[in-house]
Amino acid sequence: MSDTSARDPGRTAARTVADSGTGSARRSWRASVIDVLLRTIAPLVLALASGGLVIAGLGADPFAFYADVFALGTRGSGLQQSLTAMAPLLLVALGLIVAFRAGLWNLGYGGSYLLAAAAVAGVAPDVFAALPYPLALAALAALALVVGAVLGLVPAALKAYRGTNEVITSLMMSFIAVSLANLLIRGAFKDPAISVPQTRVLDLELMLPFIPGTQVHVGFVLSLLLVVAAHFALTKSAVGLKIDVVGANPAAARHAGIDVRQVTVLVFIASGALIASAAFVDMLGLWGYSRAEWNPGYGDKILPFVFLARLNPLGSVPLVGLYSVLATGGTIAAQRAGVSVDVLSVIVALVLFFMVAIEAVGSRVNLGRSYLRRGLFARRSPGGES
Amino acid sequence: MTEAMITAFLLAAFASMIPLLLAALGESVGEQAGVLNVGVEGVLLVGGYAAFAVTLASGSFWLGFLCGALAGAALQAVLMVLSVWLHANQIVVGIGITLAGTGVSSMLYDWSFAESRPRLGLPDVWVIYPLSEIPITGEVLFSRPGMFTLSFVLAALVAIWLSRTAPGLRLRAAGQRPAALDAAGGSVVRVRSLAVLFGGAAAGLGGAYLSLVSAGTFTPGMTHGLGFLAIVVAMLSRGRVRWILAISLIYGLFIATGTALQLTVISLPNDVITMAPFVAVMLVLAFSRKGSALPPALAAPYVRGAR
Repeated sequence: MSDTSARDPGRTAARTVADSGTGSARRSWRASVIDVLLRTIAPLVLALASGGLVIAGLGADPFAFYADVFALGTRGSGLQQSLTAMAPLLLVALGLIVAFRAGLWNLGYGGSYLLAAAAVAGVAPDVFAALPYPLALAALAALALVVGAVLGLVPAALKAYRGTNEVITSLMMSFIAVSLANLLIRGAFKDPAISVPQTRVLDLELMLPFIPGTQVHVGFVLSLLLVVAAHFALTKSAVGLKIDVVGANPAAARHAGIDVRQVTVLVFIASGALIASAAFVDMLGLWGYSRAEWNPGYGDKILPFVFLARLNPLGSVPLVGLYSVLATGGTIAAQRAGVSVDVLSVIVALVLFFMVAIEAVGSRVNLGRSYLRRGLFARRSPGGES
Repeated sequence: MTEAMITAFLLAAFASMIPLLLAALGESVGEQAGVLNVGVEGVLLVGGYAAFAVTLASGSFWLGFLCGALAGAALQAVLMVLSVWLHANQIVVGIGITLAGTGVSSMLYDWSFAESRPRLGLPDVWVIYPLSEIPITGEVLFSRPGMFTLSFVLAALVAIWLSRTAPGLRLRAAGQRPAALDAAGGSVVRVRSLAVLFGGAAAGLGGAYLSLVSAGTFTPGMTHGLGFLAIVVAMLSRGRVRWILAISLIYGLFIATGTALQLTVISLPNDVITMAPFVAVMLVLAFSRKGSALPPALAAPYVRGAR
């Protein structure tokens, strides 16, 4: 329940009824346009504007920077690179959406991606040598999914059967997985021919094929298809409803006969597996090898956009696309402007802060139900009397 | 083992312990007041960078520590405004703070020191005279930079503050049952705001100690998950400062042992040493009693009269 309804249950209930009534279709349409403008577009605009101030503060020209970002991220080969970058980001976003919809904080995304990437890149040359191409792809995909599922299972089981808070356990699992990935890349998976700790580079003809007529690998199509499938599974199926009910109120879900433990475990496994599948697509589609101490930080950067999309898989597509353009164009634009690439992290953090601020202020002036849960550990709000 | 080796070992242990101790102290105060900050990592880095830049420019380590604490509190003020005042979700804001702190510190480092990569000299030490003459202990404990001694003083003050004073009682009430504090005439928002700012300043000091004393320089991302460990230490300690001290010390001894082993007998891969504290935490969490005594109102915003 949002703050609004907590403060004034009568009015919120009345509005909910009015909104769902047939007579107010036009009003709710206009309201939803204002809603999107204020709660999705405004944080982005404010973050880009204040990011521009930061860039100006570092002595670079923000207008030239953003012009570069746009040109480098959307024109010619830049567009192809942006679409390629979208492939793993869509899957990581989807993994986060599945978990967050169930109200589960899977913060182990970094480790799930990197350990799966190390595993896939480490054994790929051998697997391709041993098996026919399609079978080898299936085997590597299965390997990634298993790595992600196992990493998701540990926090899920602790949460479901011992009540251990998943924020901490998933974070700890992430650090363990990152160290394990580095250990493997420096040890068993290291390319003996090079002194730098990295896996063997996969032959170009073994990489995922391009979509005909483009330089974008088929992993992009695969990711889009998964997003569409997950969208309907989450919004139209019984499983999706169960996940949403558990996310809204685990106690109520239990009363309604939903096996909350089962949902918790399934959701965490699915989330970990989806994030690991991003590593599969990225390693075989784009990189072809993994390096020790390398971390693209997909999860951290895409997280604010997942919330901006209201945890809606289809809604996340344009926002992930926007971030891909920012990341693709921004990397070279930052070099040109003479500022650190880390300015992109700052802009992403600003998106998150502005989004949260607008959401918080918005829930006070009745913009509508907040998508963020109020408390994490509180079974009931500790504000009131018991 | 020679005396010099034991001294070096203990010095390394304390160099790893103090940043964690300070960050965990700050996090504990926040958690006891009902505010969970997941962004300690970012606060440590910002504190470390600010302290390093200021010390390098001014030559004063004390000014560096002060600015590290102020920078930490400033970043944590985001959490205060968004989560305490506007009731936004603390986890989401915390993730943003990690992202912002990591980004800002490494952006500014690239901007200012990427080419020169400067290092600092050693800070002046406080020699606590008669005690400093004891073999080993004297050098390890009683002739260290002033901030070393002050960290333990701060830990003692926090212990007294939380468990023996009226403001400490109000602070814990804000985490246990904020409505009761409100009804008794206290201000939940004011208590939590203060706790959050203190947490930021303490974590900023921890980052400053890491860059100024432990490492002698700042490098982007130098914390390697220390901030997240601080959250765990605070959770496991449940606000008891003795536990924070003990767990931080174990961590320091462990890191020093790993380094020593690498230098001498077994060539343990570095990744194993980095991973081990997190594995230890997972084991403790998996086998500890169900439902550890976290403050009931942790991570729940307080809205007066809400049900």
